[in-house]
Amino acid sequence: MSFVQNFPFFSIILAMFSGIISSVLSGKKARNLTLMMIAVTTALSAGTLMFCLKTGESYTYMMGHFPAPWGNEIRAGVLEGVTAVLFGIVMFLSVTGGLDHTARDVEESKQNLFYIMIDLMLSSLLALIYTNDLFTAYVFVEINTIAGCGLIMIRQKGRNLSAAIRYMVMSQLGSGLFLIGLTLLYDVTGHLLMSPAKESVELLVATGRYRIPLLVIMAVISVGLAIKSGLYPFHYWIPDTYGYATPTGSAVLSGLVSKGYIFLLIKIFYRVLGYDNLVGTHMVNVLYLFGVCGMIMGSVHAISETDTRRMIAYSSVAQIGYIYMGIGLGTTAGMVASVFHIFAHSATKALLFISAVGLYEVSGDRKDFVSLRGAAFRNPLAGIGFSIGALSMVGFPMLSGFISKLLFATSALDSPEKMMPTLIVLAVSTLLNAVYFLRLVITLYSRRRPEDKPLPKQTTVRSSWALRLAIICFIGLNLVLGMSSQPIVQAITDGLAMFD
Amino acid sequence: MSRKRDNYEESRWRKFKSWLDGETDLLEHGMDAHEAVMREEDPIIVPAHGEGKEILKSKGIWRFKQFYKVMSVVLCLGVILTLLWTVAALPPRGDANNPDNNEVAARYIERGLQETGAVNIVTGMILDYRAFDTFGESCVLFIGSCCVLLLLRLDGNSEDKELEKMVAETNDRHFEPKNDIILQKCSCVLVPVILMFGIYIVLNGHLSPGGGFSGGAVLGAGLILYLNAFGYKRMGKLFTEKLYKRTTLCALTFYCLAKSYSFFTGANHLESGIPLGTPGAILSSGLILPLNICVGLVVACTMYTFYTLFRKGGM
Repeated sequence: MSFVQNFPFFSIILAMFSGIISSVLSGKKARNLTLMMIAVTTALSAGTLMFCLKTGESYTYMMGHFPAPWGNEIRAGVLEGVTAVLFGIVMFLSVTGGLDHTARDVEESKQNLFYIMIDLMLSSLLALIYTNDLFTAYVFVEINTIAGCGLIMIRQKGRNLSAAIRYMVMSQLGSGLFLIGLTLLYDVTGHLLMSPAKESVELLVATGRYRIPLLVIMAVISVGLAIKSGLYPFHYWIPDTYGYATPTGSAVLSGLVSKGYIFLLIKIFYRVLGYDNLVGTHMVNVLYLFGVCGMIMGSVHAISETDTRRMIAYSSVAQIGYIYMGIGLGTTAGMVASVFHIFAHSATKALLFISAVGLYEVSGDRKDFVSLRGAAFRNPLAGIGFSIGALSMVGFPMLSGFISKLLFATSALDSPEKMMPTLIVLAVSTLLNAVYFLRLVITLYSRRRPEDKPLPKQTTVRSSWALRLAIICFIGLNLVLGMSSQPIVQAITDGLAMFD
Repeated sequence: MSRKRDNYEESRWRKFKSWLDGETDLLEHGMDAHEAVMREEDPIIVPAHGEGKEILKSKGIWRFKQFYKVMSVVLCLGVILTLLWTVAALPPRGDANNPDNNEVAARYIERGLQETGAVNIVTGMILDYRAFDTFGESCVLFIGSCCVLLLLRLDGNSEDKELEKMVAETNDRHFEPKNDIILQKCSCVLVPVILMFGIYIVLNGHLSPGGGFSGGAVLGAGLILYLNAFGYKRMGKLFTEKLYKRTTLCALTFYCLAKSYSFFTGANHLESGIPLGTPGAILSSGLILPLNICVGLVVACTMYTFYTLFRKGGM
């Protein structure tokens, strides 16, 4: 066994360990430790990815002295590697971009607790990516939920607490459904490890036994994870949660947390329940329907918002809709498009939240449209960052959003009965995206009027180097995803093939 | 030739432009209409009796609320019926041919003692076969107590001075020393017994039913009883926040390092070199005993911290 194969395990344990250590460190040291840890884990994930690309196959890693059906196990392949690297980069840049806001918004004595949340959040995301065991997935879903609550309520002002409670209730509902699904699955298969569970499921499908429980398991697991990732009819917690958390919190929650659950769902679809079974039972059509509704309704809600952060949050509802629409197409091409959109959206949404911070800084920390007028002249880099993010969401060529829209459209051509609705909804949703995002971009680049409220004095303050660095790197990430998408799409396709 | 419009103010273009400038709202009476007054910086206002009725007077919202109630009942009934229907289709309980009665359970029962050295098979399962999950669970406890600290610990630098003053006045410490003779005498007898029993459960986790989680809960209960009988001042000699932090840190660090070593050697097919000892002896079953102690300490500390933080006055 090569030493590189230990890297996924190292990265999970390292993230957890730095969370534990941070409990006795001061805020500053905890911050430095966290940044270092994220950099190291990302490098380790990159090592894993290189190894998997070189060997061209995935491998499982025994967590302890006992092999598969008895002991815990994690698994690494190309798709896991790509996702872990990308999540690591987005996490690093989100934390860097929000550094000075975290220092301002969070009480001095509680700073280290904030970084504990970040550390354990990353460890749980990595574990959700790498896990090959259903119960390990559930344990880390729990850690993820609690860390998410912590990230929201760390800013104890007005609506944050109610947002945190709303998030907790919805998230626990999702976890509960997921746990019920796992329990039922264990009852009919007798396994918690993914690979043996899949064998049992296939046997059950072939013999036709336990048809009803299997159907309910698929429904309950899908709905549970859909609630946690904020699919349309279950999206009500999103705007408050993303709108009022600290900038780092918003970027992490919208860019990574919901994506982690979707990745887990895809993994369970492929590695446990069998994607063909889901297509056969028409379960994917339900997800498709919800996704399509979300694409339209999320954008409609976003248009009617005046608070820009809530607007960006509602746009997440639409983008999550895209992802589920792709999963619901029921083809491999659709799945590839969805996974690519997971990447594109986490890079873009984090860019939007982080660069919006730069714009609020120069507008007296006000978030409504009128106050932001002309903000892009006052902070050019943040303006450019926000515009690029907005254009990417709309689907401007050369940016990541364009590639995912293109992939969705081409994959729709493979499924005859879903082709027309998909294309129409894609077009309408793109139009609606353009309406609210370009409206904001135009506002940012229009001159202030004499009747506008005067800005407070500190508007000339320059953004910190950390924020600027983060925006530049995010723009770079978006361009890389948009312009050299071919190898990434190829890696996703290979990775999905390895899932079977 | 373009036709000249007289009423520019009323024209669609003008409306579009004002929306673009952020002056008007397209859907002014959209779904969030009744919530629009509440924004981030506002404190959460609980409507008084009169105000609530004002809102309910609006007929649309009243109808929506009725519809909402009916639909939530229908939805709950639907979920309950579906799950009951599923349970009816599940394998019968206790049947020998059930899917969960397979090679996994067979190996745990047949070879558990030999492979883990633990007489208590459940402990062997959670701390050896599936130790990674259990490490995750103790991290759940850890992050849970961090969240409670985050929410309830008052550090004296919050902006809301009034709240802080109010909290300081109602601090439980002002009502000390406690002089409830009956409680104190009873706890003099009970606390040592409870603590001893907790330690016994933790230390014998690999031999008899019990283990870190249950023993830790008993220990925590003993500490809470002591606090109630004798107050913070006496407790402060034994248990402070510093001690809590150090204990949790040491326990979790040891758990993390020990299990990392065991995972690493296991995955790389190396000998771990940890003796399993004779089954049944107190010093046996390799890492399970120290891990149980770690879990027990974390659970006891977490329970006690939760209790003190939910009381007025903090740790």
